[in-house]
Amino acid sequence: MSSVPHDHVVDGHAHDDHAHGHPTGIMRWVTTTNHKDIGTMYLWFSFIMFIVGGCMAFTIRAELFKPGLQVVDPEFFNSMTTLHGLIMIFGAIMPAAVGFANWQIPMMIGAPDMAFARMNNWSFWLLPPAAILLMLSFFVPGGAAAGGWTLYPPLSVQAGMGTDLTIFAIHILGASSIMGSINIITTLLNLRAPGMTLMKMPMFCWTWLITAYLLIAVMPVLAGAVTMLLTDRHFGTSFFNAAGGGDPVLFQHVFWFFGHPEVYILILPAFGIISQILPAFSRKPLFGYASMVYATSGIAILSFIVWAHHMFTTGLPTAGILFFMYATMLIAVPTGVKVFNWLATMWKGSITLETPMLFAIGFLFLFTLGGFTGLILAITPVDVQFQDTYYVVAHFHYVMVAGSLFAFFGGTYFWIPKWTGTMYDEKLGKIHFWLSFIFFNVTFFPMHFLGLAGMPRRIPDYAQQFADWNMIASIGAFGFGLSQLIFLYAVLKCVRGDGAKAPAKPWDGADTLEWTLPSPAPYHTFETPPVVK
Amino acid sequence: MGQRTTTGAAFRALFTASIAGLLASPGPAWAFPEWNFQPPVTTIADQIIGLHEYIFWICVVIFVGVFGVMFYSLFKHRKSVGHQAAQFHENTAVEVVWTVIPFLILLFMAYPATKTILAMHDTASPDLTIKVTGYQWKWNYDYVQDGFGFYSNLSTPHAQIVNLAPKGEHYLLEVDNPMVVPVGAKVRLLITAGDVIHSWWIPAFGVKQDAIPGFVRDMWFRADKPGIYRGQCAELCGKEHGFMPIVVEVKSKDDYAKWQGEQKGKLTAAADDPAKVWDLKDLVARGETVFTANCAACHQPSGKGVPGAFPALDGSKVVTGPKDAQIHTVLEGVVRDGKPTAMVSWKGLSDTDLAAVITYTRNSWSNHTGEAVQPSEIKVARK
Repeated sequence: MSSVPHDHVVDGHAHDDHAHGHPTGIMRWVTTTNHKDIGTMYLWFSFIMFIVGGCMAFTIRAELFKPGLQVVDPEFFNSMTTLHGLIMIFGAIMPAAVGFANWQIPMMIGAPDMAFARMNNWSFWLLPPAAILLMLSFFVPGGAAAGGWTLYPPLSVQAGMGTDLTIFAIHILGASSIMGSINIITTLLNLRAPGMTLMKMPMFCWTWLITAYLLIAVMPVLAGAVTMLLTDRHFGTSFFNAAGGGDPVLFQHVFWFFGHPEVYILILPAFGIISQILPAFSRKPLFGYASMVYATSGIAILSFIVWAHHMFTTGLPTAGILFFMYATMLIAVPTGVKVFNWLATMWKGSITLETPMLFAIGFLFLFTLGGFTGLILAITPVDVQFQDTYYVVAHFHYVMVAGSLFAFFGGTYFWIPKWTGTMYDEKLGKIHFWLSFIFFNVTFFPMHFLGLAGMPRRIPDYAQQFADWNMIASIGAFGFGLSQLIFLYAVLKCVRGDGAKAPAKPWDGADTLEWTLPSPAPYHTFETPPVVK
Repeated sequence: MGQRTTTGAAFRALFTASIAGLLASPGPAWAFPEWNFQPPVTTIADQIIGLHEYIFWICVVIFVGVFGVMFYSLFKHRKSVGHQAAQFHENTAVEVVWTVIPFLILLFMAYPATKTILAMHDTASPDLTIKVTGYQWKWNYDYVQDGFGFYSNLSTPHAQIVNLAPKGEHYLLEVDNPMVVPVGAKVRLLITAGDVIHSWWIPAFGVKQDAIPGFVRDMWFRADKPGIYRGQCAELCGKEHGFMPIVVEVKSKDDYAKWQGEQKGKLTAAADDPAKVWDLKDLVARGETVFTANCAACHQPSGKGVPGAFPALDGSKVVTGPKDAQIHTVLEGVVRDGKPTAMVSWKGLSDTDLAAVITYTRNSWSNHTGEAVQPSEIKVARK
């Protein structure tokens, strides 16, 4: 491992060993312990899962294009919504965030690699088996899990063995996430270049540090909840069965104790990426760095005391409802601080609108809209009307798609010159942004209206007054999905080296350590740590 | 709340007009606009809409302000217009201000919300109590003070769902037996479920309460206007989740009293003489109705079930075998490995209904046992 001190003495040899002893072809990827290779695999894995989950979304929107049952039967439709959620969250967004962490964290803090290089390999290679388990569940008796990604019992206890495969997949994904988090925390705390104090770390590193702690805190909780589900299903326990002294609502408490911090796990790395992009293209330092760190920590801490706002209609006591409503509303304060800081970063800057910046501004605009609907949903009496309707679907797609996903697109365009040594095609990038931005809103904005008018979520067929908006949403969804092929093409162009050669620092406003490296970044970087002043 | 509702109404009208213009299609004759809340018929629903509009407008003002600043910056602070970047990166005063002001705004949102929550949770002194039970996939309404009750099933014909017939006006939002309540009465609902979690929701009443198996939750509403109000199950409850609507008919006090009398009368009349000996033909005819309402969702009208999930009755060994075994299955449900299955106990149906449905299954499709099961046999088996 190149981080071992004596490597510095025999620097040249370390490279030679590499050239000779390193496996090639598929074995290079299976055995690699290099953070860049692993980052690449994470990112491609998440893109493949994004396509798979996207095909499920296509199926859902095709069925909902018109009232009546046309494309699939209701049970399969339920499997589609369930697996779409699980795959997008655990297969697409989370691994993409870890992919960014793998590529960027060592380069941004001046480290040679991740702290635990072999564990890094293992945390990636746990993902494909989990994905295979999820896919296999479509072919077992009873079909894939169809009780919603939240797996609420007793419905999930009734279901066939597809649910067991899903539970095992969640166990594996959780183990992978925990290992990834341990790696990230250790790297960030121990491998920073001399002079880089915690409060000098790039914001992306800070948001990932906090995310990693959240993951370690809540993934075991999810593992516990689904294990109890498994024993309820097969070994006669009654954790969630009233007839045996249990309580179905207990599952919801435990699940959302994981589930709400999970929401921030999905968005905090995206906040970090945005906090790198906005200063770079405004040519101005990030405004309020310290308050950003405090706001992010504040969001993380609050995320542990708001879980029951997902359960306002389960019949909580009045005092409980008031507590969870107030706590949830409070999240608006640190989130507002972040948004204001981002705007102040742009204020009086010298702004240019390359693709990463477009995605960052798109993020800012649409994520804030999702934040406002979140605030409206926090108001319990209003939530009672919106709970389990399309309003909620609209809300979380504004924060997950226009939030996390847009940030990841922006981050990809931002860093792909460093990753591949080739500039992306600016024109393609801009077309990708505008099509995504427009079709995203065509898809999800009407869902607010559907929710207001009273359309429940997770239904394969609907009453006729919902027909117009559903048709518009479906058209938008097909447009949004197809627009992502442009992204794939733009990325492949860079990977093939088809484009202008990237300089070491293509963005004149960027100031983090990765831009001091040549493009593409060498296989091993910072074997001698840089000194940060 | 009056002021806000007026603003809201003006906004709604404006919005309705602009959307109708945008869509440029002949406006469908729905009773409510499909982009906003259904017209409220309870105080709570009205307060919810008022709260929503109040907070919505605060959000709109903040949104316009914040993004006004952003777009100003985007146009004026561009490199292409020659703007030089300033290098400031903090300002404690500004940061304190934009932490404290949002907090104060939240207080103004929390206060009216708290008042509404307290009102929503006050289920004391109801005029009428109805027990609501969610089942896969129908509702049961039990008028506990009057002693009658009934199931409420989707009444949209299957042909409309699979696009073989034109869809009716209340497609998927119509039931055979709606819940009926008197106007102006405080109705307390005791809500539970028989199998999985469901959720009872009427948007116009502003009530949504999960129905949780093994637990009873309560909530209330007081409908101000007679009429028919429609909602749907709001918690994913399996295959037919999209097909278990909720319909409440709010009647005037007099009409309600009349309906109540009819129900009680029916109760006496429908109390079939358990000793009566039925013809095979009559039992099969009655059994078909019972089957359609209770069994067909899983076992299918064809009796072929759903392979892998719900067993076929057509040609089934239980159905064509000794009748005692089948009676036992229907009365007790099927328990596998100590766990109840989707085949629950049907003890809740009357002896006559059970006798009829069992006879129907034994003499339909390819099953020709020629045997009639009499209500008296069910009565004996119940012991």
